Amino acid sequence: MTQSNLIKNRGYHFLPQQEEILMSIPPTIGDSLRKQGLSRREFLKFCATAASLMALPPTMIPRIAEALENTPRQSVIWLSFQECTGCTESLTRAHAPTIENLIFNMISLDYHHTLQAASGDAAEKARAEAMKANHGNYLLVVDGSIPLGNPGYSTIAGISNQDMLHEVASGAKAIIAVGTCAAFGGLPYAYPNPTGAVSVQELIRDKPIVNVPGCPPIPVVISSIVAHYVTLGTLPQLDSLKRPMPFYGQNIHDRCYRRHFYHRGKFAETFDDEGAKQGWCLYKLGCKGPVTYNACAVLKWNDATSFPIESGHGCLGCSEPNFWDAGSFYKALSIPTAGVATAASYATVGGVAIGVVAGIRNRQQKTFAQQHHQTVTVDDLERK
Amino acid sequence: MTSADFLLMVRGPAFHLATAIFIFGILWRILEILSLGQPREHAAVRALGISGGFRTIVRRFVPAPGVFKRSMFIILAGYLFHAGFLISLFLFDPHILLFKETLGISWPGLPAPLINVSTLLGIFAMIALLINRLTHPVLKFLSGLEDYLSWTVTFLPLVTGYIAFQHLLQPYPLALALHILSIELLMIVLPFTKLMHTLTFLIARWTTGSRAAQRGIEV
Repeated sequence: MTQSNLIKNRGYHFLPQQEEILMSIPPTIGDSLRKQGLSRREFLKFCATAASLMALPPTMIPRIAEALENTPRQSVIWLSFQECTGCTESLTRAHAPTIENLIFNMISLDYHHTLQAASGDAAEKARAEAMKANHGNYLLVVDGSIPLGNPGYSTIAGISNQDMLHEVASGAKAIIAVGTCAAFGGLPYAYPNPTGAVSVQELIRDKPIVNVPGCPPIPVVISSIVAHYVTLGTLPQLDSLKRPMPFYGQNIHDRCYRRHFYHRGKFAETFDDEGAKQGWCLYKLGCKGPVTYNACAVLKWNDATSFPIESGHGCLGCSEPNFWDAGSFYKALSIPTAGVATAASYATVGGVAIGVVAGIRNRQQKTFAQQHHQTVTVDDLERK
Repeated sequence: MTSADFLLMVRGPAFHLATAIFIFGILWRILEILSLGQPREHAAVRALGISGGFRTIVRRFVPAPGVFKRSMFIILAGYLFHAGFLISLFLFDPHILLFKETLGISWPGLPAPLINVSTLLGIFAMIALLINRLTHPVLKFLSGLEDYLSWTVTFLPLVTGYIAFQHLLQPYPLALALHILSIELLMIVLPFTKLMHTLTFLIARWTTGSRAAQRGIEV
């Protein structure tokens, strides 16, 4: 039931012109959720979960419920640049009816060239209309990095990614950089970065930006940020890399259920040894959990089924900057990123050479001293 | 530079540089010492002295009774610090992985709580030794910049390692990077200071022991 129907159901009578005005009220998030058949209980459950996820006090639950109930759906423009669509896949493939899906009830996704039915001019017209209608108020979601090497590396409707980002960002209230590519450059940014890829935050300096890194990121993080924004009108607290603290405040290692094996010195040495079968720590197999800040170990994936470490593979550190270039995925953190043999060889040659030269020089000095040795008698000393 | 970039730098180019300087310095110093040779033995040589040399290396780990009584604090604190440092360095699993990667050899490690204890022992012993150095009039008079530098570069890996392991500094990549950097600092400083004794004590003890044995002294 829409907001206008709720008002009418209270028994008021309206003139046709007044009814027309009522019908023009945009549907709220509450309207949208009811239309999807979501019960009041399920709705409140979602509000409680969202509050919990964002580390908000329980007293905020009624406020979240009220805000979501009465707020028009947030206009969102989603731009996909140099990306693999994994971030969108992550969000849309979430299991129904989880709260990840609810994001589509909380927002009015006005432009998303992978998901929208329209294409070509019609799609671009939808973007232009959404930007005009919600200027200064829409959220901009970006996935993918932006190539600066050549505008032709990635274009949409003939517009370069860089131009489109600047154009859409200018009217945005805030920007959510979804996925490691948008947040930190990701795979396109990895050495040798052939397209000159950069992240959103390297190009846009005058708008609030939230980075939601991950390859892909956890879907519920995105919906929770939107819920936070709709409810409180602000973005959540961010860390130094502009990641929301409620989700990126702790590292994988600290919340890992295998952590006690690390302390006991029980490690899997290979992926199929007894240690691996026993579920021991994957540190020696290159797990990057200790240096990775994300919520995988708590929220998990695939309807909270498991996360990579639970499936027997170490964390790749995908929510951290430059994770592709941080040495091998299978090298432990205490190991240098590249072999030291070359440096050691040069140092050995140099060390031996200078050692020999110094030895020869010392011997020459010794010989010289012996050759020029003058005998001193007691009488000589006494005379002095 | 983010903490992740910093970690990459210390795990990559900085480690290579430190390793190169370490190897270069060690070889230079050792070769120079060995090339000095030994003075001619004027006494009659009664034994080869090889076993005497090795025996002395081991025997000198036990302090002479008189010396122990006179310097009990220094000897005990010194032993505690050395044991704590060496256990933490050689028996912590992540460190063993580094030796396996660079030297190709590995050995079993100890559980982390024991490494914690050894690290704390090392830290407290080093602090006690520093306080003693700063308060003992003779020791203070004899101490120079090199002594304090050596203490600092030895202390830093212990304390940064403890901080990193206990996650006392966030973000963790920064704590880990600082720990690795402190080791690299130690590697760079070691060959050119009195810390070189980590290797030269073997040469010195062996030479003393073998020459004594050659003269017929029971060592």
